[in-house]
Amino acid sequence: MRGLLRRLLPSPDPTRPARPGGASANPLLPSAGAKIMAAAGAAGVAVCPLVLDDPFWITVLANAGTFAVAALGLSLLTGFCGQVSLGHAAFLTVGGYLAAFFGAGWGWPLPAWLAAAAAAGAVIGALVGPFALRLRGNYLVVVTLALIFVVTHVARNWEGFTGGFDGISTNKAPLALGGLDFADMSAFGQRLSREQGLFYLSWILVGISALGVRNLVRTRPGRAMQAIRDRDSAAEVIGVSNARYKIAAFAVSAAMASAAGAVYAVGLRFITPNEPLAELFLSIRFVAIIIVGGMGTVYGAILGALLLGPLPELVKEFVSYLDVTLPGLGRPLVSEVAAAEPLFSTAAFSELLFGLLLVLALLFQPQGIAGAVRSLRVRWAGRASRRPGAG
Amino acid sequence: MDKFLQLLLSGVALGGIYALVALGFVVVYKSSGAFNFAQGGFVTLGAYMVYQFGGDWGLPFWLGLVLAMLAMAAVGMFLERLAIRPMVGRPAFAVVLITLGLLLVIEQVVRAVWTMPGLVLSVPWGNGRSRLGEVTLRHADLWSMVSAAVLLAAFFGFFRYSRTGLAMRATAADQEAAAAQGISPGRSFAVSWAVAAATAPVAGVMLVSRGGGALSPAVGFTALAAFPAMILGGLDSIGGAVLGGALIGVAEVMSQGYLDVSWLGSNAETVVPYAVMVAVLLWRPEGLLGTRRVERV
Repeated sequence: MRGLLRRLLPSPDPTRPARPGGASANPLLPSAGAKIMAAAGAAGVAVCPLVLDDPFWITVLANAGTFAVAALGLSLLTGFCGQVSLGHAAFLTVGGYLAAFFGAGWGWPLPAWLAAAAAAGAVIGALVGPFALRLRGNYLVVVTLALIFVVTHVARNWEGFTGGFDGISTNKAPLALGGLDFADMSAFGQRLSREQGLFYLSWILVGISALGVRNLVRTRPGRAMQAIRDRDSAAEVIGVSNARYKIAAFAVSAAMASAAGAVYAVGLRFITPNEPLAELFLSIRFVAIIIVGGMGTVYGAILGALLLGPLPELVKEFVSYLDVTLPGLGRPLVSEVAAAEPLFSTAAFSELLFGLLLVLALLFQPQGIAGAVRSLRVRWAGRASRRPGAG
Repeated sequence: MDKFLQLLLSGVALGGIYALVALGFVVVYKSSGAFNFAQGGFVTLGAYMVYQFGGDWGLPFWLGLVLAMLAMAAVGMFLERLAIRPMVGRPAFAVVLITLGLLLVIEQVVRAVWTMPGLVLSVPWGNGRSRLGEVTLRHADLWSMVSAAVLLAAFFGFFRYSRTGLAMRATAADQEAAAAQGISPGRSFAVSWAVAAATAPVAGVMLVSRGGGALSPAVGFTALAAFPAMILGGLDSIGGAVLGGALIGVAEVMSQGYLDVSWLGSNAETVVPYAVMVAVLLWRPEGLLGTRRVERV
């Protein structure tokens, strides 16, 4: 575990021979393309809230950031360690309630409530670990499904902690980090709104998690996880401890999801217990995000979260475009007005989209967007080398 | 003691329904190794179809039920051909994820087709009950037990003695070897999905009639409690599905009746199936009657 934590920080990997020309090579962003992408991403994040002054889009993108953090966690678990989890919604919920309790209730500072949420997530995630050791694939999915029921049940009934069915406010959770208050930032003599501050907070977390996951998967623990993914019993035979790495993968993944849930709940200002069905759908959404984005890549998870994370909000915002009366049926396709008897409510329509995207991606593009990008690059590289004089 | 017997009866009836749903899971799992989350959606869709044929079009209930079973078998085969067959040879968890996507789609399609809230499914046995000594027997419970027993026995016979059943068992044991003997694995998959989907309307009707007849898309979600039942019994065992269903059903009903501990909160019985499952899995990871997996590396 200590080795694993150390690997979350960028450092030269002692188990790999140094590259020729070595010390200057950045192990996390090895190629020029990766460096450019990272720089462009960082610049985009820095500028975006300043030029985009529509609070709707700022909130949508901030939420996409928190989704990206949780999706990165799930991608680490599923894409790199081969363990499917339907419990991610439960981890997010736990994080949200801890932010409400410690942040808003006890007034803990930002790093403290965020760390508390992550730690609680890690503990619950580690509890699933032992099942991951004894059960394989299919069985494990149902155990993680059980998490949803248990967490929903606790959220509804432990009123002293969660406020029961009425929920609990997260609004007062402090957002200051040292001298920097995300709730009250200013840039170029202009005061930024709370939404803009939360955008920065969530995308800073995305940056940290992306670098952390990237570093983790390229070093020894990451290679151990990939060996477990490919064939766990074979990995065990050659000395990769399934116990250690499966539990660790669950703990790290759940910690990321809980931290994301904490920030998400603070952004919403309020948290109430969901229906278990809604929680299951939320978990499936994260699965759809990492499948569509591309499993086993860091940027795939972020892209997936950017594209699919805000889907429900976008459907709600642009419902007027979908509110078309279907010929022959006399009912609108999607509408918020229940009296119009629409085929789908906005919430139902976004669930339908998630389901369809998940099925279509698995059928036609199982490697997701990242896989499509990879094959395009291979094709371009092939064309370039065939060009006369290129080789 | 009377209360105990009463709850036991109700629990066994619920267990019968769970066993029926679990049968659907097990059939698909046995033939293709895929874990079919869409079965919950099949149960909902099946119940609504029975309503459509019986309640809306006014056909006799039993005819409606049979029609719904046939229609669901067609739906199952269609979805298998469309979404599952292309996944042959891909990792099992990808198939599991596809069935999750199908669950979302079926769920929303049901909501879109049957928008009217408060639909009621009327069944011939209604709310009838008889006295057996000190115990009241709800006719809905009786029908649940009877239909579960009949369908499970029929499936067991089919699986054990028919040529198609033999082909399905062969496919489950070794796809390539079966294909080499002239068995079409694709046909085995199609039959297993058809059988699984065809049992769904029966399970759906029993679940709805147990709850008093009110139809809602949440029926399929109740059916998810059959997951613990099938895991508990062992994924690949039909006897296990029955045993697991009975255990989970009885545990759920007993905790509803006796578990009155305030710190556990209200509706603790929704968590009980999962708690029982987790406890059993820590003790026997392959389930009560499942086959222990031996793997060559």
